[in-house]
Amino acid sequence: MTKALDTNKKVGLFLIAAVVLAVLPFIVGNTLGNSWIRIIDFALLYVMLALGLNIVVGFAGLLDLGFIAFYAVGAYTYALLGSPHFGLHLPFYITIPLGALFAALFGILLGTPVLRLKGDYLAIVTLGFGEIIRIFMNNLNAPVNITNGPQGINLIDPINVGGLSLGKALQVGGTSLNSVYLYYYMFLALTVLVVIMAWRLQHSRIGRAWVALREDDIAAAAMGINIRNIKLLAFALGALSGGVAGGLFASFQGFISPESFGLLESIMILAMIVLGGMGHIPGVILGAVVLTIAPEVLRDVIGPLQMKTFGRMLIDPENARMLLFGLALVVMMLVRPEGMWPSKRRKAEFEDAKEAAAQKG
Amino acid sequence: MSLLEVKNLQVSYGGIQAVKGIDFHIEQGELVTLIGANGAGKTTTLKTLVGMVKKSGGSIVYNGKETAGIASYNFVRNGLVMVPEGRGIFGKLTVEENLKMGAYYRNDNAAIQAETERVYELFPRLKERQKQLAGTLSGGEQQMVAMGRAMLSKPKLLLLDEPSMGLAPIIVQKIFEIIQMVAAEGVTMLLVEQNAKLALEISQRGYVMESGKITMSGNARDLLDDERVRNAYLGE
Repeated sequence: MTKALDTNKKVGLFLIAAVVLAVLPFIVGNTLGNSWIRIIDFALLYVMLALGLNIVVGFAGLLDLGFIAFYAVGAYTYALLGSPHFGLHLPFYITIPLGALFAALFGILLGTPVLRLKGDYLAIVTLGFGEIIRIFMNNLNAPVNITNGPQGINLIDPINVGGLSLGKALQVGGTSLNSVYLYYYMFLALTVLVVIMAWRLQHSRIGRAWVALREDDIAAAAMGINIRNIKLLAFALGALSGGVAGGLFASFQGFISPESFGLLESIMILAMIVLGGMGHIPGVILGAVVLTIAPEVLRDVIGPLQMKTFGRMLIDPENARMLLFGLALVVMMLVRPEGMWPSKRRKAEFEDAKEAAAQKG
Repeated sequence: MSLLEVKNLQVSYGGIQAVKGIDFHIEQGELVTLIGANGAGKTTTLKTLVGMVKKSGGSIVYNGKETAGIASYNFVRNGLVMVPEGRGIFGKLTVEENLKMGAYYRNDNAAIQAETERVYELFPRLKERQKQLAGTLSGGEQQMVAMGRAMLSKPKLLLLDEPSMGLAPIIVQKIFEIIQMVAAEGVTMLLVEQNAKLALEISQRGYVMESGKITMSGNARDLLDDERVRNAYLGE
């Protein structure tokens, strides 16, 4: 009886969420304007990225500071195969899966040499890997021009679904739907796919194997887990989501350059996971959305607020924004180190640690 | 043919020889105990049997085959299962998930389901706590999880490393009852223990290990009555 009620409740919540997500761009577009829909589109990209990195860091416990490299691989695959740069204009249903596949291959390429590394050492190697990819993109313009170097690739094809280009406004009846609306639905669909993949993985025997690996790799091997394969699988599947997001990013922006794939981006994605609740899918989604939107809100608020209270600008809004943002991160980690919305499992880990610390005195 | 036949096994860590050429065998259906003081090489011997430590000489023939070259994650697929010292359960997985880890390499879901039920019958406490994180259980309950998980790996030969370690005497009694229950299910076992008296009491045969060598062996009852064993291990 209660179970049936619970199921009804869940279906109800699910339907409400679906309706809200479906009409969200219209509400936002009519109140805050199209630039905010664009920010939400980016939030969806970051949700995909954060969920991908969460497979590696949150599920398998492998600290990766070079995750942005897979985003870059996906983006460059899309850009090179769908722009005037090489004169290739392959459709998105080829370039995006191909980008995801390449990213997964790079995941395995990174994973293989670092199999024996853990913690800080692994973090340093992955950091180096991320930089190597960026520097390659920066320098592969000579002797043969592949990536066009620091100038980046321009005029990348927008996604085209059966003749409907997401890059142009769509005329429906009397109104016109801006490109950001169209991309919103495209991103939303793929985000939902990534969420389903992550959720299914977490509750599968592979997901349990990752937890076991994180806790005790010797006992895990004794259970019959092939540690090497299960680690590589984490790297590959995480990279896959990163690659998909990269392809979408390239088509959405129309322009990419190595600058977009720096270390700071990798760290931001990691911060989304830690702040949201490592290993917990709803937490990670929340973390990604909050960390994408908060800086933008601060941008809109700080300037006018200063004018109102002090009558003049005391601190440059751009500086104040990053200052407040950094402060918020510090406070958050001090007050709630397990994240905004942690899983039960992770909460238990933090309580254990607290207890142990208390016992030590 | 013995289920396990070990001949002249030698293991070295760096330059130090921890196991100095030992011979022993285990027959199908037996419960055999390996006793000895701290540092005698008992745990090293067990780890070598499941491929976690490489031997430096001798042979291990399990089920008629030499085990050298088998990857450590493949031993469980051959029915050679170890419950490590300190139990090695996964504290952040629930009891139920821990049991599922035992059956990780199997895909005969119906049989796994039935055997899980059997484990819950043997250990009703685990059924009550199946949704609880294993790390929050008491030491005795954790040992039940470790044993139940091992049973779900379908062991032909179960290696137990110091199952009584760190547990209160009353719990130790309970653990030995559990070991007998599992043995009664037809599982062949090699038990490594410092609690020599209890271990020998439930075993058929025993070996005594001292600084890397087997110094005595025989019927468990005879060992219990042996003057030297009584002096050295039973504190009499």
